Amino acid sequence: MTTFLQQLMNGLSLGSIYALIALGYTMVYGVLRLINFAHGDVYMVGAYVGYYLSRMMQGKEPSLAAAFLVMVASMVACAILGIIIERLAYRPVRRASRLTLLITAIGVSLFLENAGQLVFGPDPKFFPSLAPHAEYVVAGVRITSEQLTVIGVSFLLMILLRLFIQKTRTGKAMRAVSFNLDAAKLMGISTDWIIGVTFALGSALAAAAGVLIGMQIPKIDPLMGIMYGLKAFVAAVLGGIGNVPGAVLGGLLIGTSEVMVVGYLSSTYRDAIAFGILILVLLLRPQGILGRVTKEKV
Amino acid sequence: MKHAAMAIALVAVLFVLNGLFSGTLVAGVSISPYILQVMCLAGINIILAVSLNLINGFTGQFSIGHAGFMAIGAYSSAFVTVTFGDRIRAGLSFLPAFAQDGALLLIGLAVGALLAAIAGFLVGVPSLRLRGDYLAIVTLGFGEIIRVWILNIDAVGGARGYSGIPKLANFFWIYLFAAFSILVVYRVVHSSFGRTLIAIREDEIAAEAMGVDTTRSKVISFVVSSSLAGVGGGLFGHYLMYVHTNSFTFIKSIEIIIMIVIGGLGSITGSVLGAVLYITLTEGLRQFSEYRMVCFSLLLIIIMIVRPQGILGHREFLSYFRRPRRLDAATPPAIET
Repeated sequence: MTTFLQQLMNGLSLGSIYALIALGYTMVYGVLRLINFAHGDVYMVGAYVGYYLSRMMQGKEPSLAAAFLVMVASMVACAILGIIIERLAYRPVRRASRLTLLITAIGVSLFLENAGQLVFGPDPKFFPSLAPHAEYVVAGVRITSEQLTVIGVSFLLMILLRLFIQKTRTGKAMRAVSFNLDAAKLMGISTDWIIGVTFALGSALAAAAGVLIGMQIPKIDPLMGIMYGLKAFVAAVLGGIGNVPGAVLGGLLIGTSEVMVVGYLSSTYRDAIAFGILILVLLLRPQGILGRVTKEKV
Repeated sequence: MKHAAMAIALVAVLFVLNGLFSGTLVAGVSISPYILQVMCLAGINIILAVSLNLINGFTGQFSIGHAGFMAIGAYSSAFVTVTFGDRIRAGLSFLPAFAQDGALLLIGLAVGALLAAIAGFLVGVPSLRLRGDYLAIVTLGFGEIIRVWILNIDAVGGARGYSGIPKLANFFWIYLFAAFSILVVYRVVHSSFGRTLIAIREDEIAAEAMGVDTTRSKVISFVVSSSLAGVGGGLFGHYLMYVHTNSFTFIKSIEIIIMIVIGGLGSITGSVLGAVLYITLTEGLRQFSEYRMVCFSLLLIIIMIVRPQGILGHREFLSYFRRPRRLDAATPPAIET
């Protein structure tokens, strides 16, 4: 039982990372109907920005304030990166076929991975510790302060996102654009601006996930975004793509099941489980757990 | 008769070229082993690109799992020739050594193609009901699952890789099968069945409304494509004499996609051009190897923005040199004044 609870705890903290990345996938899919393949790589860039910033802060005592500063700076940097990607790569092909859009996204993803290897170096880097480390034992379950930070910060960000989407004017416009882009445009919503905001928000969340993973598993490399990105995408599909609470639910489920498989079966199946889940979801319930069925019309 | 003569001529030409390149035909005449290896790998890439184009270019179903089928072909054919090689040779002992080699390779490739086709069927039936982007992710997922699964089979070396594969494939066999794949894809695309594939690509809903069994057509096209990928993988293993699952990650699938996107989705000559261009550029830019993939990814984005149909587009190479067909034959000539 204790082992199970321990695994559940580890799964939740991994799952919150997936959930943060999945939010970006689901939001971009909502407005553009595009699987933003490059999203996982934005997350990688976020982790590296965090890495370089915290190296600059080295020498100072690890403190929560420093960690907060690093995370916010990294989020801002990635938000800008997200807007640039959208502006330079996706906007010119937005009206083209979805296949063109998809190949462009693959191209952007490859570009970030390889440019990352060039700029950051192909070897893994070790993330310096940002926040003071502590461990708590609750009912035999070992909980680290990093895990608590990861779960706490992720949930805080998700609640903020929820409030933004539901309560602000921009959030309302985002919902309108994801409901029907052309109709939203006719209603006077600046869709270009909203799409830019969506990319910025998604990328900022990915950057937060990147910094958080750096705190939890302090090894980062330029190709780390591929697997995390794919699994987060699976999470978005599992929850129902285009659906914000669904992405969170999917992320937690994927994270937990991955940790369980590694803990109880074999770590070699770590990467296969997410795809297995994806295939099952698409066969049994293609709209995802919380998604709504949409009929394709001519 | 004409076709048989062409086939014999092709075999003869390849045989002579193979002899010349490897230095076994005329003493002292050969090309550098490096160039020969690049040419052979280019041939394997042609097989992979042409076969992937059948599903991605002609049927319009975006698959990113080609490397998985290649892996199945590579491993299963290598398993056959390594494990049963001696017994098959013993059964064929009445043949000269080179014919034994050829027969062994053919048996291995047949098994590889068959298993890759079966895998293609198993993957295709559930996933081809999905559309567009989802299919891309699911095939990517299946490709990775296949790879992880092979990685866990100890009989084929697991994480150590599979070594000790006999060197049965050479320039002759690789280009023979490259020609064979081009022929197969050409015949499929130009059959009435191929028309249903193109109809699906152009508009799946309209094709369905016209009575095309879209799932069936897509699955058949996927199976043909996967089995050819299996052949490509088998040749790959028997040429390099060693396979490792690291050669079949989805990066490999993406490389093949880059080839067909550069050359033109839906153009057979385009995929050949793309495959040759890709390997020429990767080898030619070897001293800038760290910038290589950065350039390729930028190239991919730029092609999508300025010429999304690729270099040759949907058309074949020669069609650019033919005069456009006169459509106004029925209209009377203009009256001169």
